[in-house]
Amino acid sequence: MRRTALFLSLLAAGTLGQAQAAPADPAKSSVKFVFTQMNVPVEGQFKKFSADIAFDTAKPDTGKVNIAVDLAATDAGSSDANQAVQMKEWFNTSSYPKATFSANQFKPLGGGKFSATGQFSVKGKTANLTVPFTVKPDAKGSWYEGSFPLSRLAWKIGEGEWSDVGAVADAVQVKFKLYVAK
Amino acid sequence: MTIKYTLPARLLHWLVALGIIAAFALGLTTDSMEGFSMQKLKLINYHKWLGISVLALVAIRLLWRLSHRPPELPAQMQPWEKQVAHYTHMLLYVLMFAVPLGGWLYSSAKGFPVVWLGLVELPNLMDKNEELAGTIKFMHKIGAWTLVLLAVAHAAAALKHHFIQKDDVLKRML
Repeated sequence: MRRTALFLSLLAAGTLGQAQAAPADPAKSSVKFVFTQMNVPVEGQFKKFSADIAFDTAKPDTGKVNIAVDLAATDAGSSDANQAVQMKEWFNTSSYPKATFSANQFKPLGGGKFSATGQFSVKGKTANLTVPFTVKPDAKGSWYEGSFPLSRLAWKIGEGEWSDVGAVADAVQVKFKLYVAK
Repeated sequence: MTIKYTLPARLLHWLVALGIIAAFALGLTTDSMEGFSMQKLKLINYHKWLGISVLALVAIRLLWRLSHRPPELPAQMQPWEKQVAHYTHMLLYVLMFAVPLGGWLYSSAKGFPVVWLGLVELPNLMDKNEELAGTIKFMHKIGAWTLVLLAVAHAAAALKHHFIQKDDVLKRML
């Protein structure tokens, strides 16, 4: 009887083709970024985020990823910058506290590499974004890692005088490392 | 007939003097600016570029100084006066190295690499360390003030030689 139930649930999962979404381990995961200020590379970090990942390397097209970053907890390299980044010209966190990425289109790129395409939303603007990543399994789970340049101006991050790319370059390199236990 | 310092020594002396004045003025300005602004960001970078330029010029100066004997001080100067001049110059050299190096170290401790003129990225002297950064900044400030006050004393002594003793100490550097 028990076995039948298990079999049926496995069958259901199989037919629905959805892997179970699991949250990334916040202690092992990180989302960092490098922005360029007068040609000076400065590293920052999004200290609070959640990531739910359902991904099977054998069946990439059934994958699903939801990431939400709490922009109020941004470390932009210095205490002055941490305050500034909350302002209207930058993230405007009082109106738009979160950046989100929901992807459900995945493509294998070969060699353990994949790309995730979905809706990226920040500061009231939503647009398609494709993010490359690699999957590295270990004994207890999987590492999802990637790095990609994001145009800050496309999402109006840094308006007014801060739209000057000579002061802060347009491309911000985002580096993520997410660990999901089995 | 005054025997002067060599032309490179004189040029380096005055370039370094101008660099120190400009870097110090910029340092005081940015230090008093609150919050985060485009203006502050630019001035901080100019301050760093100046500081690194001074460091490079001082390194060249020291090599030149070690390989070229400066003209003698006037014979009528007391031995203790010559000693004071000598140790002041030594301390000035130490600070001209220590202050920009301290600024570079502070920049590294804050997690901001120094990119000279926006072109040459210098290696970080240490890993990011917010706790130590405060102490390093304090030392950088104390060093800068000491350097500037010592330079003021140095300039006052040169003027005293020129206008009161009426000797050729200042002329050697002009």
